[in-house]
Amino acid sequence: MSAERRTAAELADALAAGETTSVELTRASLDRIAQVDGVVHAFLHVDAESALAQAEASDARRAAGTPASTLDGVPIAVKDVLATEGLPTTCGSRILEGWVPPYDATVVARVKAAGLPILGKTNMDEFAMGSSTEHSAYGPTHNPWDLDRIPGGSGGGSAAAVAAHEAPLALGTDTGGSIRQPGAVTGTVGMKPTYGGVSRYGLVALANSLDQVGPVTRTVLDAALLHEVIGGHDRKDSTSIDQPLPALVEAARQGATGDLSGVRIGVITELAGDGWQPGVMTRFQESVDLMVKAGAEVVEVSCPHFVHALATYYLILPAEASSNLAKFDAMRYGLRVWPEGRPDASAEEVMRATRDAGFGDEVKRRIILGTYALSSGYYDAYYGQAQKVRTLIARDFEAAFERADVLVSPTAPTTAFRLGEKLDDPIAMYLNDLATIPANLAGVPGISVPSGLADEDGLPAGVQVLAPALADDRCYRVGAALEALLLETWGGPLLDRAPGLNGAPA
Amino acid sequence: MTTATGPTLVPFDDVLAAYDPALGLEVHVELNTATKMFCGCPAAFGGEPNTHVCPTCLGLPGAMPVVNGKAVESAIRIGLALNCEIAEWCRFARKNYFYPDMPKNFQTSQYDEPICFDGWLDVEVEGETFRVEIERAHMEEDTGKSLHVGGATGRIHGADHSLVDYNRAGIPLIEIVTRPIVGAGAKAPAVARAYVSQLRDLIVALGVSEARMDQGNLRADVNLSLAPKGSGVLGTRTETKNVNSFRSVERAVRYEMQRHAGVLQAGGSILQETRHWHEDTGVTTSGREKSDAEDYRYFPEPDLVPVAPSREWVEELRGTLPENPLARRARLQADWGFTDLEMRDAVAAGVLGLIEETVAAGAAPQAARKWWLSELGRRANDAGVDVADLGVTPTQVAAVQALVDAGTVNDKLARQVFDGLLAGEGTPEEIVAARGLAVVSDDGALGAAVDAAIAANPDVADKIRDGKVQAAGALIGAVMKEMKGQADAARVRELVLEKLT
Repeated sequence: MSAERRTAAELADALAAGETTSVELTRASLDRIAQVDGVVHAFLHVDAESALAQAEASDARRAAGTPASTLDGVPIAVKDVLATEGLPTTCGSRILEGWVPPYDATVVARVKAAGLPILGKTNMDEFAMGSSTEHSAYGPTHNPWDLDRIPGGSGGGSAAAVAAHEAPLALGTDTGGSIRQPGAVTGTVGMKPTYGGVSRYGLVALANSLDQVGPVTRTVLDAALLHEVIGGHDRKDSTSIDQPLPALVEAARQGATGDLSGVRIGVITELAGDGWQPGVMTRFQESVDLMVKAGAEVVEVSCPHFVHALATYYLILPAEASSNLAKFDAMRYGLRVWPEGRPDASAEEVMRATRDAGFGDEVKRRIILGTYALSSGYYDAYYGQAQKVRTLIARDFEAAFERADVLVSPTAPTTAFRLGEKLDDPIAMYLNDLATIPANLAGVPGISVPSGLADEDGLPAGVQVLAPALADDRCYRVGAALEALLLETWGGPLLDRAPGLNGAPA
Repeated sequence: MTTATGPTLVPFDDVLAAYDPALGLEVHVELNTATKMFCGCPAAFGGEPNTHVCPTCLGLPGAMPVVNGKAVESAIRIGLALNCEIAEWCRFARKNYFYPDMPKNFQTSQYDEPICFDGWLDVEVEGETFRVEIERAHMEEDTGKSLHVGGATGRIHGADHSLVDYNRAGIPLIEIVTRPIVGAGAKAPAVARAYVSQLRDLIVALGVSEARMDQGNLRADVNLSLAPKGSGVLGTRTETKNVNSFRSVERAVRYEMQRHAGVLQAGGSILQETRHWHEDTGVTTSGREKSDAEDYRYFPEPDLVPVAPSREWVEELRGTLPENPLARRARLQADWGFTDLEMRDAVAAGVLGLIEETVAAGAAPQAARKWWLSELGRRANDAGVDVADLGVTPTQVAAVQALVDAGTVNDKLARQVFDGLLAGEGTPEEIVAARGLAVVSDDGALGAAVDAAIAANPDVADKIRDGKVQAAGALIGAVMKEMKGQADAARVRELVLEKLT
């Protein structure tokens, strides 16, 4: 099997056995990027020189018998919303074009310390606002399964990079589904950890109380391996949890045996029905049946407040975002636009002109929504009320987790839609995150695992496994079990069925 | 802005005849923690521009704040000293507005959940005690500093461009807000001054801030409104900023009372606005209009966890509080043997702490009182600064007094030593040597001068020989004149009497 098709765990084993080198693997990824990224456009920035230098350093460590981690030498792609010292960080926005951070996000520092060469930065909806990457100021990413379709979003770049075998691993961020929904529509795995489980320091905040960094991979075990590299307390992020991570890799290995005896699986009543694509529901039902066969007990659970999740989310997120994005004012970094015909413009005029030119429509839409929601006289009715509903949603989860160890639903209501299809209909776009948003509101972890291809369009669908806060290991155990059971029925990885790209071998 | 003729000011007594003033004071205290409120950058004053900065206090994308525990401790101690309740649970909030000296375009502050609330401070004015109620004391971060270049005034108006120094951005501040202070009447200006002055004494005693008004460690905003006499309502207020000395606090209140009355008596209404105090001209001018249109869109800071000080910790901190100011005053008066009047003057002049430090450095209490209240007080008044900011330290005053006690200089020469201290000429001893100020007590030189005086005033000498000892004064005066004041008068007297009796 060619290097780029192997999982990160296999690559790590091969490196440990001396069968390959990090330079070889990194070069293979860079070659694949050169070959297919012209049509996929998963990357906004590739730094071959730096990646190869890191790979050489990794090989030197392996040769000296002092690898920095299990994954030392396995290359990785990083979503462009994470600060990388010396590498541009644009968040998919014109307003940060050319900005090179003077510091690393904690997760990036941990990835570097673990010896993973960073290939480059991946495309995303501007400031992570979107479900399709079409809101990137630098053009959309294309779904490797069908280049006319969206790769999901906001982290479509990371998911597509992994699906197109340009990188074995990637980092994503998930505010309302930006790791899991791209995972579902590209046939890859995406994990949103417990809120506070992974440091947010250096993650350019969309909505601070919802954002979480997580792994984007092709297998559940790879996600667990990467999660253990980036997770754990960080004193630079006061909201990070000061507790050891559960044994995630161990949970994934246990799950891979395919045994789910004694596990109670809750199917969420509210996350099904009208508007859910039949092929997606069929694959979901099959997944549930497989888990039952593997010994799991299935219970129906109702989470009555989930119907308000989307409305709640679209008050809290814009409110926090409107404040976070205020710092982009042309005063200290990033774009500076002088208003036309005003050589002696005031600072305020320059701020206005820059923000007008530098932010895209979706960003402006959410800044306006958030500013309104926080306004004096409206705060209680909107932001204040949304926080109360958020508590009710968290209570729904608590009640559900008394009856079930994990909750499951389809990750997204549909498979990948066509580029441009929902661009003029923000509400339709927002509805894509219906199933993923509740986990962010409650801070619980969730993983998306491929469930197969929908019959209607032959495109990937995903199953989401949600667990109580701090029980990320349950996502890995159940996710890995489902993955193993499905692999058996498919006779090989789902991604092997994806078409070739631009004449490149599939 | 004011018109060329300026606003109409009503005579102070006439203001009081028609209106009741209500005061409100907002004092910002810059804490002296080693590091900033939300990052590890040094919080020290000064430094080359933009050297005490990091991703967090520069508000770089992705950077996050972490609360400085020492700042929380200082906030709680201030709150306890002001008899406040300490919140069991409180949060930071974002105050959103755009300004280039604020890196994130929001200030991390506290809104409806301050860490300290519902307290009071008793202040004494001319023997009368006023209880100033404290509404809240909350934690926040300071902003950077803008320097406007190219304009005539250093203000933004007319400037060509602006430079921003973020060294100050993120330095911990405690904002202490009073409830409206009513009923002070004619004493309103003095109450305002006494409150800020006694608050400063408290902050200094707590050791949580340098509390230098001239350096901006302690900044007072003065709110003032007038209401028709006896109406019991609150009028529209103005908020005067940039009031940088105790004296200015008093003057600004007085000025605004007179200005408000002028506007109201002319049938106008007071605009709720921010005003700037001008130290040099003693007037306020209009700043930005502060209306309901200014909406800070406060919401809880999602990057920080709530601050929940345990009751054990709060009680532990209560045990570290300095003495209550009124008890301290009683103790000092007893220790020093001051009369009530002497004590009251010292309190009014805000020099208790200075006297205490001077006494601690070795001076007698009455001597310390005398220097701070008369000589140094007069000089501060002439210079238009608070005596604490004059530039003479308690240690120096004690050293000067030691020279007087040793007979090296007399009181008159000591004044010249203070001239030298203010001119930065070195220690008191060095100044005495360099300026040749030491009194002459060498009997040889003095003896010659006494002989010359006797020879020049034979009639006076005869009177003394006849037993009229009180006539010696004329000879002593002549000798002192001859010696240009640099003689030990007591020794001169002894020599005159030795020679003539």
